[in-house]
Amino acid sequence: MNEEKPSVKRELVLPGEVVDTTGLRPGVGTYAENGTIYAAQLGIKNISKNYVNVFPLNGRYIPRYGDKVIGIITEAGASSWLVDINSPYPAPLHVNDVPWKVEFGNTPAYLKVGDTVLVKIDGVDEAKHVRVSMKEQGLRKLSGGNIIEIPASKVPRVIGKGGSMINLLKEHTGCRVFVGQNGRIWIDGDVDGIALAIRAIKKIDEEAQTIGLTDKIREFLEKESENIRRN
Amino acid sequence: MSQETIAQILKEYIYQSLTEKKRTDGRELYEYRQIQIEPGVIEVAEGSARVHLGNTDVLAGIKIATGEPFSDTPDVGVLTTNAELIPMASPYFESGPPNPKSIELSRVVDRGLREGEVIDLKKLCIEPGEKVWIMFLDLHILDYDGNLFDAGALASVAALASTKVPASQYELGDDFQLPIKNWPVMTTFAKIKDVTVLDPSLEEEKVADARLSIYTDQDGHVRAMQKGLNGGFTLDEVKDMVKKSEEKGKELRKILMDAVGGA
Amino acid sequence: MGMKSDIKLIDKKGLRLDGRKPDELRPIKIEAGVLKRADGSAYLEWGKNKVLAAVYGPREAHPRHLQDSSKAIVQCRYNMAPFSVSDRKRPGPDRRSVEISKIISEALENVVMTELFPRSSIDVFIEVLEANAGTRCAGLTAASVALADAGVPMRDLVVACAAGKIEDTVVLDLGKEEDNFGQADVPLAIVPRTGELVLLQMDGDLKQEELFKAMEMAMNASMQIYEIQKDALRRRYAVVAEEEKDEIDSAQEEAKT
Repeated sequence: MNEEKPSVKRELVLPGEVVDTTGLRPGVGTYAENGTIYAAQLGIKNISKNYVNVFPLNGRYIPRYGDKVIGIITEAGASSWLVDINSPYPAPLHVNDVPWKVEFGNTPAYLKVGDTVLVKIDGVDEAKHVRVSMKEQGLRKLSGGNIIEIPASKVPRVIGKGGSMINLLKEHTGCRVFVGQNGRIWIDGDVDGIALAIRAIKKIDEEAQTIGLTDKIREFLEKESENIRRN
Repeated sequence: MSQETIAQILKEYIYQSLTEKKRTDGRELYEYRQIQIEPGVIEVAEGSARVHLGNTDVLAGIKIATGEPFSDTPDVGVLTTNAELIPMASPYFESGPPNPKSIELSRVVDRGLREGEVIDLKKLCIEPGEKVWIMFLDLHILDYDGNLFDAGALASVAALASTKVPASQYELGDDFQLPIKNWPVMTTFAKIKDVTVLDPSLEEEKVADARLSIYTDQDGHVRAMQKGLNGGFTLDEVKDMVKKSEEKGKELRKILMDAVGGA
Repeated sequence: MGMKSDIKLIDKKGLRLDGRKPDELRPIKIEAGVLKRADGSAYLEWGKNKVLAAVYGPREAHPRHLQDSSKAIVQCRYNMAPFSVSDRKRPGPDRRSVEISKIISEALENVVMTELFPRSSIDVFIEVLEANAGTRCAGLTAASVALADAGVPMRDLVVACAAGKIEDTVVLDLGKEEDNFGQADVPLAIVPRTGELVLLQMDGDLKQEELFKAMEMAMNASMQIYEIQKDALRRRYAVVAEEEKDEIDSAQEEAKT
């Protein structure tokens, strides 16, 4: 990544507000009408290359091709499962898209209702029919640990600048942490570590508004992990 | 009501933590979330109170009118309780006629108010057999994060304690404060496998096997109980919870009475 | 409209019962993001009206037959709490609230970019906790803030306001007595960016020029209310805006790798 910084103002914009009249092209979260570009949702205005974007601060997860997400099996059919991926669209997972050879009708032997899976968005068509796949290294059924949910738009906050926040979490809790793009986070480690990680993530979610959040979370984690060690 | 698929790992994780006497939000097993009681929030209602129990948010409102008493109790006022799990409060609540969950909630809250004799209903008779004060208690659930029973009971008693009977409007003398007789409070426990916790959060409710709600009064008497869900309790467990209920009830009652300025 | 009454709705100085001038709004207060579970929410006080609005979605549309394969549907449920009015209102929808829900849904559908979310539903819940004339405008104004708070893509906010006629005078934003005893009420809603009307109702008796005057009055006042809406959203998100930017950039890098 090069360090060339475009002139970026961290400007909050609201739906319907003008974000450009200088001839930039409408990017994500915007729409154009008669040469003027407007914000199409509440978010932060961003200009990159010759596009003007509005990055959302809130909102549901909308599946995009290639996203890795954490899903929960809600149905096991004869030749596919239905996976809740925390979006408006439940996604089928076909037996051809899992790393096992599954006989017709034998799906529950591999994944049961209530099981948690790490999957990849493998296709989204125009009507938002979504397909997911487990056929890639690292994709699997998750067992042990715990999952929690945060708004998908806050995923960047949990990851932090250059992964700073998530590394902080891993370091102080000794947990494995995987953040799905859909706002589900899987945490595995010992009970104390998981509990601490969850509290820290909830803090990130709740205090997303505060300035200097990374430092605040570092302080919180240092203090709390100290307490755990002492007990 | 639509169904939510519960991730199996969630249940295992919550249980595993509980076996180490830890809850996912950092509470002790028998600790309430933060309680906030705000009486008199709706001016147009004769009485009202909003209760936050952690993130659970319940609003109770009371409307009063005159009407005929029931024929078997001609000389006492009437209290009817209704609860609405409005779809605003949870992605799994739907609009439509009251469902079993909201009916159970309103009936259990009502039972404790009635059996706990919160109000001296005898003082609400206007003319025996003809005319009495009728109180409509409506519970509006605004944000659902578990344990609607305790939040609903607290909001109900707080609303009743803040209620003025609009007698002058009916040319029946001066308005008067609703006569509060007792201060029953409800405490609810959830059992997850073999561990019980007080004031279950939504997450804990989702994975709970059994639930027990106990209404106690200021003398430590039990006034109403309700067991829910398909799991069971042993007698010893129940005895233990009843004792804890009395103890925790004192804390709740203090918060309640401080909030409404009760005697 | 109203019944005859002996109440004087406008005094000799031209002031109304609550001391307002003919073109003066009741005080309005909005707070965004007040509920935990909902995707977006807003609390609004408008005079003595108290209204909560919550948004869920876009989410899977239920029942399935409601799904539209080309766009999302906007489903509003306007509901009055039983204790929100002087005589207890029986819980559940009546014909009035069904109608109000329908026109509010339609007004919101005008700005929501429903084409982005085929087959889904965006559910808007409006709970009137205390009613004092003008709850549909209050509800719609709150709902639009809740939608923005939920991060729902939309072309603009929607603002609603009413004007009417009392004692032969066109006045803004009728209060309860004015609504009961007045001569006409014109609730409307606009899209501030274009001034387009997305909700318009009228009942009572107005000359044409009175109607136009009332509409202009309500539309002008809507622009004031629009500022209050924006202010509520800015207050909720102000500090996030300060530092979120870098993290969004790096997270998007992260997502790519």
